[in-house]
Amino acid sequence: MIETWVDILRILDGTLRLATPLILCAMAGLVSERSGVIDIGLEGKLLIGAFAAASVAVLTGSPWLGLAAAIVASVVFSLIHGFACITHRGEQIISGVAVNILASGLTVVIGIALFRQGGQTPPMPPDARFRPIEWPLTETLGDVPVLGPLYAELISGHNLLVYVALASVVLVWWMLFRTTFGLRVRAVGEAPAAVDSAGVSVTWLRYRGVMIAGVLCGIAGAYLSIAHGAGFFREMSAGKGFIALAAMILGNWRPGIALLACLLFGFLETVTPRLQGLELPLIGEAPTALIPMLPYIFTVILLAGFFGRAIPPRALGTPYVKEH
Amino acid sequence: MNPLPRWAEIGLIPLINLTLALLVSGVVIALIGEDPIRALNVMIQGAFVYPGSLGYTLYYTTNFIFTGLAVAVAFHAMLFNIGGEGQAMLGGLGVALVCIALDPFLPGFLVILAAIGGAALFGAAWAFIPGWLQAYRGSHIVITTIMFNFIASGVMVWLLSGVMMSSGQGSPQTRQFAPEALMPKIHDILGAVGIQTANSPLNLSFLLALLACVGVWVLIWRTKFGYALRAMGHSEPAAAYAGIPVKRMIVVAMAISGALAGCMALNEILGVQHKLVLNFSAGYGFTGIAVALMGRNHPVGIVLASLLFGALFQGGAELDFEFKSITREMVLVIQGLIILFSGALAYMFTPWLARILVQRRAANA
Repeated sequence: MIETWVDILRILDGTLRLATPLILCAMAGLVSERSGVIDIGLEGKLLIGAFAAASVAVLTGSPWLGLAAAIVASVVFSLIHGFACITHRGEQIISGVAVNILASGLTVVIGIALFRQGGQTPPMPPDARFRPIEWPLTETLGDVPVLGPLYAELISGHNLLVYVALASVVLVWWMLFRTTFGLRVRAVGEAPAAVDSAGVSVTWLRYRGVMIAGVLCGIAGAYLSIAHGAGFFREMSAGKGFIALAAMILGNWRPGIALLACLLFGFLETVTPRLQGLELPLIGEAPTALIPMLPYIFTVILLAGFFGRAIPPRALGTPYVKEH
Repeated sequence: MNPLPRWAEIGLIPLINLTLALLVSGVVIALIGEDPIRALNVMIQGAFVYPGSLGYTLYYTTNFIFTGLAVAVAFHAMLFNIGGEGQAMLGGLGVALVCIALDPFLPGFLVILAAIGGAALFGAAWAFIPGWLQAYRGSHIVITTIMFNFIASGVMVWLLSGVMMSSGQGSPQTRQFAPEALMPKIHDILGAVGIQTANSPLNLSFLLALLACVGVWVLIWRTKFGYALRAMGHSEPAAAYAGIPVKRMIVVAMAISGALAGCMALNEILGVQHKLVLNFSAGYGFTGIAVALMGRNHPVGIVLASLLFGALFQGGAELDFEFKSITREMVLVIQGLIILFSGALAYMFTPWLARILVQRRAANA
């Protein structure tokens, strides 16, 4: 009984760990797209963030400087995207593709120039990473049945950035739906002309939208390379930015539902290795090779309107041309 | 709206953007402590001068022509097909299924013909679904095609590490195809008529790619279908008002686009690998976007842009040998910059250039 409970808690714990980068990236995409700028460059920003974090953490030994570098690198990429899409009204998809390709090239090129280890960062001292935080009283409460393991396994013992990711959901929700700034961000994604005629700058609002996305992707990148992992290797983002994009769409551009989608995808990723070789009734051996495709399949089905309907912000993808 | 003369629009602007992309790439190379001029020189040598290098360049060019045409056809209907990767993978699956099923029974050239059909059909089918979903269910084609890339790659892993894995082998790949059923190499053909050339992976797919260019040109600019397609690209409501069956056109345009992307597998799988392997599409589908952008969605432009990217890929491979700290990933950086400058920032210089040209015209008048 206790065995099963601990097992369930371990799965939930793994879910949270694997969902963390997805949550941060999904919130990033959400803010950017709510302001009307499509962001398929989440993947690239995540990758460049992970690289910057690991490099700076290795060179300085400080996870905080690593985190700062990740945020700066990712925001720079956001600004490139913004410069192309907002200032020059370029095609947002193309700009996103460019950001992704640029990130996957630059991380390896700079990585080799810095460390000469085939694009990887050298081994990292433990102090250069964000370590798990043991919450107070874990030992004492450990003996309490049911709740003790829950506290020790699931609530306590994560690194700082996991808690940051969860907080980002609340913050993004609060910002978008409870502040004037958020109201304007949403308005600029729906009807930019109205915002403009109210005398608020569409350009500056959208720039702030993509920069917030940059900050969040940077944190996600730092999580990958100096909190969850210990170092950078090429293509380490491995499509997580796109899964986050899928989660954001499944979440209908709403923070709460997007969080659930991220947790679902994290859960699927956690249980996949456990299902390997498992015999299921009727199906036979569990087709674990197919599970990684589920996030994408769900997204396609949702977009096709077979269950529910995904409604993007109305002005999403349309550059704003000021009337004279 | 567009004050630039045509020669500036299709000649000067792409040139400026390309130069800018190369300049920034040069800055990156200088920042990592190498000599950009020498790197450029190595790339040019590696792409055109060393024995066999031209063959390699044209072999890469073949991939880019197919994926570039695929993006361009969809783009003429204002559809953004960024699913070239997945469609190419499925094209490879089509080739492999045809070859494995038929090569014990049929003579080689029949297998090759059937494999061409297989590549086109499977690629088309993989683009048909997003096209249909866009036309009849209102899904966003960009997102659906991205998702289909990932689904395709999942399907390939599943098949190649499962039912299609050749027995007695640990790696995820099919068995080798029969030697007669392979796309003939150009150096073999030339050798047979007495012209000796260095060995390279360049094969008949290159000629097929050029044929596809002619086909696309005829289709887009010389047929009723192409006219309807371009009309749709300019204004969907106007096209619908003129009686063009917009929904059906979307589906057909996507299927043609997917068939072209699928044909990329002919070069890689039937021409070079001779078995189905994972990840053979290697980003060529994404590069197709850059190719179509640079080539302004016109077959002639696409051939030129493909040649540029072919040279970049082949010359980039040479960087690995010549430099300690530059690897072929530098090509990705250059590619990203080209997409950024000639795609997303394509019109950055238009107002500026227009002002200069107008001033000169006024001065001349």
